[in-house]
Amino acid sequence: MSAERIATDVPARADIVVIGGGPAGLAAATEAARRGAAVVLLDEQPALGGQVYRAVEANRARGKTLDADYAEGGRLVDAFRASGALAIHEASVWLVEPDGTVGFSRAGAATLMKAERVIVATGAVERAMPIPGWTLPGVMTVGAAQILLKTAGLVPQGRVWIAGSGPLLRLYAVQALAAGGQLAGIIDTTPPGNRRAALRHMGGAMGALGELRKGLAWTQAIRQAGVPWITGAHDLRAEADDDGALGTISFTADGARRSEPADTLLLHNGVVPNVQITRALDIEHDWNQTQRAFRPRCDAWGSTSVPAVMIAGDGAGIVGAAASAIAGRLAALESLRALGRLDQAARDDAAAPLRRALARALAIRPFLDALFAPSPEYLVPAGETIVCRCEEVTASALRQAVSLGCLGPNQLKSFTRCGMGPCQGRICGLTVAEVIASARGASVADVGYYRLRFPIKPLTLGELAAVHAPADPTAPR
Amino acid sequence: MSAAGYDAIVIGGGLHGLSVALHLARRRKRVIVLERRYAGRHSSGINAGGVRRLGRDIREIALSVIAMEMWHSIESLVGDDCGFVAGGQVKVAESDADMAKLARREAEVRALGYDHEELVDQAELRRIVPAIAEHCVGALVSRTDGAADPYRTTTAFRRAAVAAGAEIREDDGVTGLERANDLWQVTCASGTIEAPAVVNCAGAWATRIAAMVGETIPCGVKASMMIVTERMPTFVEPTVGATSRSLSFKQTAAGTVVIGGGHQGRCDVAAERSVVDFGNLAHAARIATELFPVMRGVRIVRTWCGIEARTADEIPFIGPSAVAPGLFHSFGYSGHGFQLAPAAGAALAGLIATGSTNLPIAPFGVTRTSAAAVR
Ligand SMILES: Cc1cc2nc3c(=O)[nH]c(=O)nc-3n(C[C@H](O)[C@H](O)[C@H](O)COP(=O)(O)OP(=O)(O)OC[C@H]3O[C@@H](n4cnc5c(N)ncnc54)[C@H](O)[C@@H]3O)c2cc1C
Repeated sequence: MSAERIATDVPARADIVVIGGGPAGLAAATEAARRGAAVVLLDEQPALGGQVYRAVEANRARGKTLDADYAEGGRLVDAFRASGALAIHEASVWLVEPDGTVGFSRAGAATLMKAERVIVATGAVERAMPIPGWTLPGVMTVGAAQILLKTAGLVPQGRVWIAGSGPLLRLYAVQALAAGGQLAGIIDTTPPGNRRAALRHMGGAMGALGELRKGLAWTQAIRQAGVPWITGAHDLRAEADDDGALGTISFTADGARRSEPADTLLLHNGVVPNVQITRALDIEHDWNQTQRAFRPRCDAWGSTSVPAVMIAGDGAGIVGAAASAIAGRLAALESLRALGRLDQAARDDAAAPLRRALARALAIRPFLDALFAPSPEYLVPAGETIVCRCEEVTASALRQAVSLGCLGPNQLKSFTRCGMGPCQGRICGLTVAEVIASARGASVADVGYYRLRFPIKPLTLGELAAVHAPADPTAPR
Repeated sequence: MSAAGYDAIVIGGGLHGLSVALHLARRRKRVIVLERRYAGRHSSGINAGGVRRLGRDIREIALSVIAMEMWHSIESLVGDDCGFVAGGQVKVAESDADMAKLARREAEVRALGYDHEELVDQAELRRIVPAIAEHCVGALVSRTDGAADPYRTTTAFRRAAVAAGAEIREDDGVTGLERANDLWQVTCASGTIEAPAVVNCAGAWATRIAAMVGETIPCGVKASMMIVTERMPTFVEPTVGATSRSLSFKQTAAGTVVIGGGHQGRCDVAAERSVVDFGNLAHAARIATELFPVMRGVRIVRTWCGIEARTADEIPFIGPSAVAPGLFHSFGYSGHGFQLAPAAGAALAGLIATGSTNLPIAPFGVTRTSAAAVR
């Protein structure tokens, strides 16, 4: 790789490249840079903060705080700014090689950067919520709506319904109300049995009273605003108007079918680890039956089977913002040890208090996991519900492929083109695995997941063509 | 027929294994295919789908011409059109030197009595491929060549073979091969089965099968990479390659553009794994964008890499083992075996069923000297 091909503000090498500017990535980069490593943090967004603290600096400057938690994001960013680590924004990482080469695009140019260690802190993504009509204009995810809120201060207008399950759903409702939004109602699809199951984990959760209080406060704020909250809802559907966009939603609650006019439907079905990079690196992934998601196999530092690559934060299994930041610091400490910047004893000394803090931060997990265990109805959609949005493949088409002998997601691509569109299975991956598993009567762990390949982000041919490479070995001699 | 009930055991459920099985079953032979993963898992399911006579090694032309006739009536062979479209194949000249090279090639092929390769000038090239870059001065074309959908083809051959009576067992890799009482005993994950004939269609792993009977066949591997882009409006009909640079460029029925050309990734044959080398793949992107400037802003959706056997002289081994009676080889297709599959399978089936074949596979003997050195 030749240095002259790299923009002046981008170094060709780094000790540590951190991918992702959320709590895990910020904390990892800060810890490593403070201790003397040359650290580059790459993030797709125009500003630091990740999903949870998105655009935190700009919002702070405008005097906006979305809630008390959001202030924590400000502290993380401040520490990062003081650490000497370099942040490169709007850098879309499309390649991580086992030797630490990282490929990313920025402003139409692709670059390969070489790192001794890569810390993958790419967080979580929303689990798809495939209901009939989820691809209609007017239906989007709560996560997407939250991005609009945090970056542009926008809340949807008209009759806005929020449906699904999970902490983010409540948090967004609170944030949208605080920003002056109006909500037609919340359709809570959390299975009624979850509450009872969660109570069994109440003991552990008591260690995290602050978190519990926060949840209760959100619930209260929503009730106080007079937003109708329909619990135990199922059989949710979105139906089109004459103009082809969302017009009506319908669902069953308390044994009765209800139909409501709707302009916007925001869906949320919890979050799952973003496994794009770890999958494409062929790192082993394990099925987590409780969170119903795959997570990359790593040790307590975040080390994986690929020595140069570590994982921190929600990308290694959903743990939340506070635990993610701690995991980032642990990964940084181990990276420094591996680079010879820290001996083992110093690493362990620095890690000890972090591990205690991590245990406290994780105490509430079993409670949350049980309370928000996803409803089977939306894990395994029925009939003609679309599963793969890009190629418009329905659940029944998947079942038919299985009946023809298709055993797993990779074969399914060839049978149906499912997962072969521009999103490359990012949205449908888990749904496909769940549908095949249920049709085969097998476990999702056995069915497996799409084999993902780099580039994991859209890269143009022109960008790739400009990557400097050695002489073409296929050229005639 | 053996006691176990099989006349032949085919090792490898790629297109070549399935084609042999289909032709054997049509000859009323009892045949089973043993596939370690699933049919089409390796190069057969993921290749570029080029159905090309254009530019073939002189020794391969005769078989390729017969295969092409089979492709033009592929539906009557396997009951599905395999997504085959005879959109033509074009090899562009980027310079006068390229043009001279193509003219010599055209003359050479015509002298052998074949007329499918035709030299065209810049105006005709423009007419066939309007999006081609300005600097291209002409081309060699084969108008009735084309392309098919690889996985669909593999699936169609599989279904046709099963319908004809062949058995296909997946998740069942072969681990041992022994001859006793004029019968082969094939050890696989599910047990041991017997037949008088065994066909080695194990692709990049075929030399390992040969080694089980003590036969050393010099053969390397290649790991060719492919790019597929987002969908575009239809803008190019034939498959386009270049004369002095490696490229294969084609738009699929779905609108995506598939780009390859033999640029090599990295592979671990034992682990059955290959990975894209983006530094090398950049060459394919560069050649593609230089020949088709409209492609510069088009997004890559996926890249992949497939492992295949490559012989020193880049033509396959098709025929009997040099050391073991009743063992037949069909591998080493070196990046262009998809097109040959219908004919190669027919040739081997004839050889196994009757002891001889009229199909032109003589150049592909396993002991030919040109294949002696592994590259
Ligand atoms: C990227 C790429 C692009 C290509 N493009 C073209 C093209 O445009 N046109 C063209 O004509 N050709 C093309 N080719 C070449 C073509 O794909 C191959 O020549 C052809 O598919 C070879 O088929 P096969 O059946 O011999 O091998 P494979 O499809 O590789 O099948 C071999 C099978 O054997 C199985 N196997 C191996 N060991 C064992 C064992 N011990 N027991 C049981 N099973 C075993 C494997 O699992 C595999 O399924 C391309 C190849 C690649 C990789």
